[in-house]
Amino acid sequence: MITDLGFFALLTAFMLAIYGCGAALYSHWRQAPKWLASARAATLLTFPLLTVSALSLVYALVTLDFQLEYVARVTSRSMPLYLRATALWGGQAGSLLFWSWLMAAFTTAVMLRDWRRDRDLQPWVIIVCLATLGFFLGLILFYENPFVRLWQGITGTVWTALWQPGEALRYVPMNGNGLNPLLRHPGMIIHPPMLYLGFVSFVIPFAFAIAALVTGRSDDRWIRVTRRWTLVAWLFLSLGLLLGSRWAYDVLGWGGYWGWDPVEIAAFMPWLTGTAFLHSVMIQEKRGLFKHWNLLLIILTYDLVIFGTFLTRSGVLSSVHAFAQSAIGPLFFLFISITLAASLALLSRRWQALRSDVQMTSLLSREALFLLNNFLFIGILIICFIGVIFPLASELFTGQQITVGPIYYETATGPLWAALLLLMGVAPLSAWRASTARTLGRALWKPLLGSLLVVAILLFGGLRHPAALFGFWLCTYVLLVTLYEFWRGAKARHAKNENFALALWRLVARNRRRYGGYIIHLGVVLIAIGIIGIEIFQQETQGQLGIGERLQAGDYAIEYTSLAEFQTADGRLVDRAVITMYRKGIFVRELYPRQDFYMESQQPMTIPGLHSTWEADVYVLLVSWEPITGGNATFKMYLNPLVSWVWLGGMVFILGTLVAAWPERESQAVNLAARSRVVRRPVEARG
Amino acid sequence: MRRLSLLIGLLVLWGAFALPAAAQEDGPTPSPDEVNAIAKNLYCPVCANVPLDACGTPACVQWRQQIAQMLSEGFSEQQIYDYFAQFGPSVLAAPPPSGFNWLIYLLPPLALLSGGFFLWRGLVAWKLPAAPHSEAKPRKTKFSQMIEDELKARRS
Repeated sequence: MITDLGFFALLTAFMLAIYGCGAALYSHWRQAPKWLASARAATLLTFPLLTVSALSLVYALVTLDFQLEYVARVTSRSMPLYLRATALWGGQAGSLLFWSWLMAAFTTAVMLRDWRRDRDLQPWVIIVCLATLGFFLGLILFYENPFVRLWQGITGTVWTALWQPGEALRYVPMNGNGLNPLLRHPGMIIHPPMLYLGFVSFVIPFAFAIAALVTGRSDDRWIRVTRRWTLVAWLFLSLGLLLGSRWAYDVLGWGGYWGWDPVEIAAFMPWLTGTAFLHSVMIQEKRGLFKHWNLLLIILTYDLVIFGTFLTRSGVLSSVHAFAQSAIGPLFFLFISITLAASLALLSRRWQALRSDVQMTSLLSREALFLLNNFLFIGILIICFIGVIFPLASELFTGQQITVGPIYYETATGPLWAALLLLMGVAPLSAWRASTARTLGRALWKPLLGSLLVVAILLFGGLRHPAALFGFWLCTYVLLVTLYEFWRGAKARHAKNENFALALWRLVARNRRRYGGYIIHLGVVLIAIGIIGIEIFQQETQGQLGIGERLQAGDYAIEYTSLAEFQTADGRLVDRAVITMYRKGIFVRELYPRQDFYMESQQPMTIPGLHSTWEADVYVLLVSWEPITGGNATFKMYLNPLVSWVWLGGMVFILGTLVAAWPERESQAVNLAARSRVVRRPVEARG
Repeated sequence: MRRLSLLIGLLVLWGAFALPAAAQEDGPTPSPDEVNAIAKNLYCPVCANVPLDACGTPACVQWRQQIAQMLSEGFSEQQIYDYFAQFGPSVLAAPPPSGFNWLIYLLPPLALLSGGFFLWRGLVAWKLPAAPHSEAKPRKTKFSQMIEDELKARRS
């Protein structure tokens, strides 16, 4: 009964999405406000309807209604309540419903804003949002329906259908398959919603961009309206990527956090264009430049969002043949092709109107450096795109399956990342409009000298690895430049009788976007330090140990103490080793690497024993063992220097994004705007 | 003739027993670290995108044993990669640079170089002469020089 309600709510939401598109189109065509109001009402209704639909599926999951094929596939009796509920996004059909629910939530939030200044844009924002929503709802209804039930014929054949077919009887399995063990981790419970939130919220700036293109508005209004949406989208996407990395580190058991897997890259590509867009829109706001480029970037980001969902949902990654057999793969491909072609056609139609009279005045100006930043981000995107697509192209054209592993991505993108880091240390000190080598040199020499001093200290301390020295120099340099910017601003306020801490607080609070950006840069530097540590200095060793025997990596040693095997209430057979860890011969702590075998799904999971410090992580895996005697066991031990800095950097990064996205008080925003008009014009040239 | 047949028969017998024995003349057993150093550059034939050293499937366990065996028999690292490449290029960490695969090595640098070239051309063409408020001293025109000279003359 409740699942029927969920299905009908889904169906109604789909019909409303189609109706809303039509009504909005008609309102634009006939200039009929009534139809626009009707389209808006239809849009607003999709959210409660999809909430009912999603909740009814959650109810079925929690109550283990195994007659639903989806429930039988992703849950089991041994799963705890929170895992049953989050199994909503544990399978294809449920995750598409969850995606749609989030899309409806964001569309509703957009509809509830004050539209008085942007009435002309509203119909097209509705059309784009509802067309995207309608596409996903169509996929769910006709191809990946989570409400289909299991039925059994007289011959014993089991099949799926929404309603009872002929003389078939209800078929309710005794137990379900259970959630994929890899997904039973706190990081994986939060990771997909974060990614989806990031994906979905990028639809909003795209919708405004398309609305601006259709209506012929060549100003930067669409950028100003969606600035916060874009930051929120970027925040969630960044958070999703970070959580995914942490999940990989904790669960996948290979000692690292980023494997350049196509699924990871699928989520990373829209982040790349989104980051380029966030930098590039500043130039349009400040200087009125790059209007075409910004539109192109947001179109690319939107289609990469859909492309990312397509890559992970269509089966294309496993094989082009699986893609051809997939019901939703070709539809995704068609949708991406249509939206990309239509968006580019619109852009080319408005190309002349979007031309800017303003010109670049210096190759060292901030806008020129931002353009270079965009070039580097797009360069990394191209490398990633080719890397993801090439195995598919190879299979299609030559029939050969190939692997494009981390070595390709790391070799190709490494120099571009280094160049981006260097730019982060130059661009904040360059001025808008005019900047000369002399002015830039005057601003740069102090941090440059400081960073070279740090390199000298590292050399004196015995570090000889050229790539590491270069990397640490870059990190120190960017760190000093960023801190120098904070110090310079706070010093200016401190001169007006504010104590230094208050001056720093108010500096950030009064210019959140700029200083939030600098905090993000600090986060990137910390992440880069962690990456240099693990990429260049990681040590690993493997050995078979008897009880009391040791394995050594760097200053650390592990000693095999014991092994126990036991079953848990959630259906796992656990083999857990007890390891004693020493540093330079002194006892540190015990670690418990283990292997969980999920009996329902017959899948093993390797969970590391982990000891984290700012200096290094000791990461121990139980590879194999003698099950009955527990006599000998094989362990793999990784020493991952500085990897904790990646997680610290990630937190700083997110903090910076929150600062930049945090809404300013109305009065403060008005005051700032007025001051920037009257007094701060000459100062703005410095950034 | 009979002697010759006997000799050939003996040679065949010797070959049948002695050659495999010679082939199995193993060197020192390689350590798991030596095996993993090679295995991490090969990929599981069953699971997509999983390196051999991190995969627990029976196929990968067998392949790691095969690497250990080949190392003890004195095969070089490259010979081991070549041996596994016969199972298809998907077991290698990157496509071998031949035929169609050249595209993956050529396309990114080509795209970057051409993008960089057009960016540079665009920036240079786009750039205006130095802005009025830049640091460079404004060039004196003939006319302004005349006025300054005249003013100087009047002051004196």
